[in-house]
Amino acid sequence: MSETAEAQQHPYHLVDPSPWPVVGTVGALALTGGGVAWMHDYGWGPWAVLLGAVITAVTMYGWWRDVLEESRAGFHTPVVSRGLRLGMALFITSEVFFFFAFFWAFFWGALVPPETVAVSWPPEGVEPVPTWEIPFLNTIILLTSGATVTWAHHAIREGDNATAFKALVLTVVLGLTFTFFQAYEYYEAIVVEGFDLTDGIFGSAFYMATGFHGLHVLIGSMFLIVCAYRAWKDDFTPQQHVGFEAAAWYWHFVDVVWLFLFTWVYWWGGSLEFTVQPVG
Amino acid sequence: MAQAAAHEHHAPSGLKRWLFSTNHKDIGTMYLVLAFVGGVVGLIMSIWFRLELMFPGMQLTPDPQFFNVLITAHGLLMVFFFIMPALIGGFGNWMVPLQIGAPDMAFPRMNNISFWLTAAGMILLVASLFVGGAGTGWTIYPPLSSQPYHASPAVDLAIFSLHLAGAGSLLGAINFIVTIFNMRAPGMTLHKMPLFVWSILVTAFLLVLALPVLAGAITMLLTDRNFGTSFFKPEGGGDPVLFQHLFWFFGHPEVYIMILPSFGIISHVVSTFSRKPVFGYLGMVYAMVAIGFIGFIVWAHHMYTVGMNTDVEAYFVAATMVIAVPTGIKVFSWIATMWGGSIRFTTPMLFAIGMIVLFTIGGVTGVVLANAAADYALHDTYYVVAHFHYTLSMGALFGIFAGYYYWIGKMTGRQYDEKLGKIHFWMLFIGVNLTFFPMHFLGLAGMPRRIPDYPDAFFGWNFVASVGALIGLLSTLLFFYIVWKTFRAGEKCPDNPWGEGATTLEWTVPSPAPFHTFEKQPVVR
Repeated sequence: MSETAEAQQHPYHLVDPSPWPVVGTVGALALTGGGVAWMHDYGWGPWAVLLGAVITAVTMYGWWRDVLEESRAGFHTPVVSRGLRLGMALFITSEVFFFFAFFWAFFWGALVPPETVAVSWPPEGVEPVPTWEIPFLNTIILLTSGATVTWAHHAIREGDNATAFKALVLTVVLGLTFTFFQAYEYYEAIVVEGFDLTDGIFGSAFYMATGFHGLHVLIGSMFLIVCAYRAWKDDFTPQQHVGFEAAAWYWHFVDVVWLFLFTWVYWWGGSLEFTVQPVG
Repeated sequence: MAQAAAHEHHAPSGLKRWLFSTNHKDIGTMYLVLAFVGGVVGLIMSIWFRLELMFPGMQLTPDPQFFNVLITAHGLLMVFFFIMPALIGGFGNWMVPLQIGAPDMAFPRMNNISFWLTAAGMILLVASLFVGGAGTGWTIYPPLSSQPYHASPAVDLAIFSLHLAGAGSLLGAINFIVTIFNMRAPGMTLHKMPLFVWSILVTAFLLVLALPVLAGAITMLLTDRNFGTSFFKPEGGGDPVLFQHLFWFFGHPEVYIMILPSFGIISHVVSTFSRKPVFGYLGMVYAMVAIGFIGFIVWAHHMYTVGMNTDVEAYFVAATMVIAVPTGIKVFSWIATMWGGSIRFTTPMLFAIGMIVLFTIGGVTGVVLANAAADYALHDTYYVVAHFHYTLSMGALFGIFAGYYYWIGKMTGRQYDEKLGKIHFWMLFIGVNLTFFPMHFLGLAGMPRRIPDYPDAFFGWNFVASVGALIGLLSTLLFFYIVWKTFRAGEKCPDNPWGEGATTLEWTVPSPAPFHTFEKQPVVR
């Protein structure tokens, strides 16, 4: 077991050759190539996307399983763990800049409308999603889930995986509740009100920003489900729980993005009204 | 499984060694091979341009849109599948762990997916050529890149190509940052770190902050094309200028991403062959940090002609010119490093000096273009093409060749042929100058870029440029021969072939560097 990790004269982890990177890349190729085919109505497109999704899922399972095995085998020394944390922090930083692009588009549409055509915000006949109904409820739900995930963190640091499991299950339930309400909000808007992403920049920015956020909530929920499973299996120790920390950070990041969405896209953007006539 | 294999200290063999690699040197080699392929295909396209433009009238291009497609593919290939994989993936992977005394990268398995995603991106880009091609320029501006004007799947494939290559570069960048912050040998403080490592560190930060914005922009382009959104469509309240802002918020840092690692290599080469430490080490470090930082706040100088507010233009003019200060610090520090040194004009040194001269020319024309008033006239002319080829096809490319000749002995255990290397340098130096210097004149005379035909008045300098390109092609054929000869019959390279000027840690390990290095950490004083 960990005697090999001790025999070597440095604290780093030299990983064994692994099939997952190249297999995962095949999955990514199938997803993207199939996606393009699908968008251009080739019959094989959806099947390639399905294949890509399956390969990606298998890769994620295999890759994470290997990481957990390596962790249990003692390869994740304090130095390696510090590297993993730093890596996750950098990944989240890059995610922040991904959302930065969509917020830029949103503010551009709201503040710098084109001068060449008649534009109104919100578009003619579109009723913005009411801020103080589902969005506000979801704000409370997501903030509460931020508290419960911190509760789980405290439990893990005291070596109490049973409590951590409960707190994590609660967090996941809150996350899924958020997703349920968002789906309901989308349903009301799209099906009942007839407001969708083709409704000018207002609809495009709204659905792109909230949609990608929703996707990140789902990814974060999956991450937390894995953590809940690991807490149930008594896998976390007060010293070693980088996987949980990464999931918690990610969850807080998703939370903060939501606060910006709520404040600017729902509240400010929903109450903004203007009409621009073409110049000249 | 993991325990058993940890005993394996010999290299895995066969397909598994390469496909499943978790070794920074093997992955670096694969990046260099990919870059070689990307560079050669990109070069062939550029030879096509010069043959087409050698004479007025249409020579070999079937229709102008095909020319547009080649222009686009040339740009994307050279940026994403030649310069970046060579400098960052190739030399970065090989040399960063060696220079900081680490046994490998921080995340060896993630390192591998960085490479494969880059390769997948290249596959998608090549695929786009076979379904109509994207004739948009590497900047993929809408409305040209939108559905009505590029209805085929080619632009969508190019978008996903950038997504995959971008994801690969992003993961690679995170890997470099963690490696550099977390795995330096005892005693190697940040202020003692080799300049190439610093250059990769700054580059990696630029990648982490810039690439996701490109990803967002091209995602919006994808949904505008396929799902009816209006981000860049004025009729829906969107704005094509928004795309330009998003693109260049990525694109300007991107040009420093391409040149900074080259700066790093040049510093080592100049110091080694002047047998002196780099002049003003800390100044060099913080000049790179400053270039990286300022690189994020100057993007709109690429779009002076879109009709921006004059005050905004004034800001971008001023901010852009400020970059000349840290860049000047670097150029003068290289000169001061050579000053009073015992200089040896080896092939890498020739490329380094050539790079300093030519990059400076590109930098000076950059200051010219930074002026919004001048840029109104020069925008989208050959002057711009001349400018950025002086910085990239000479700055970055000469950096790649300097690094190649400097490190090939370390990487393969065999040394290149010095005489042929020098001939390669002089041929390429003459070739690129003959190709790109006349483009300044053509640009000032008003010749637009990305056009396959031109009035007879532009014939003379175009002919000269094309002759230069053919000389460049010949020099590249010579380079193939040099590479072949190195592998076939190169002299054995000692641990340190360069003598006491070469002070970094990679020269303390055998040549070729064994599969695993620094399993016992070196201590830096």
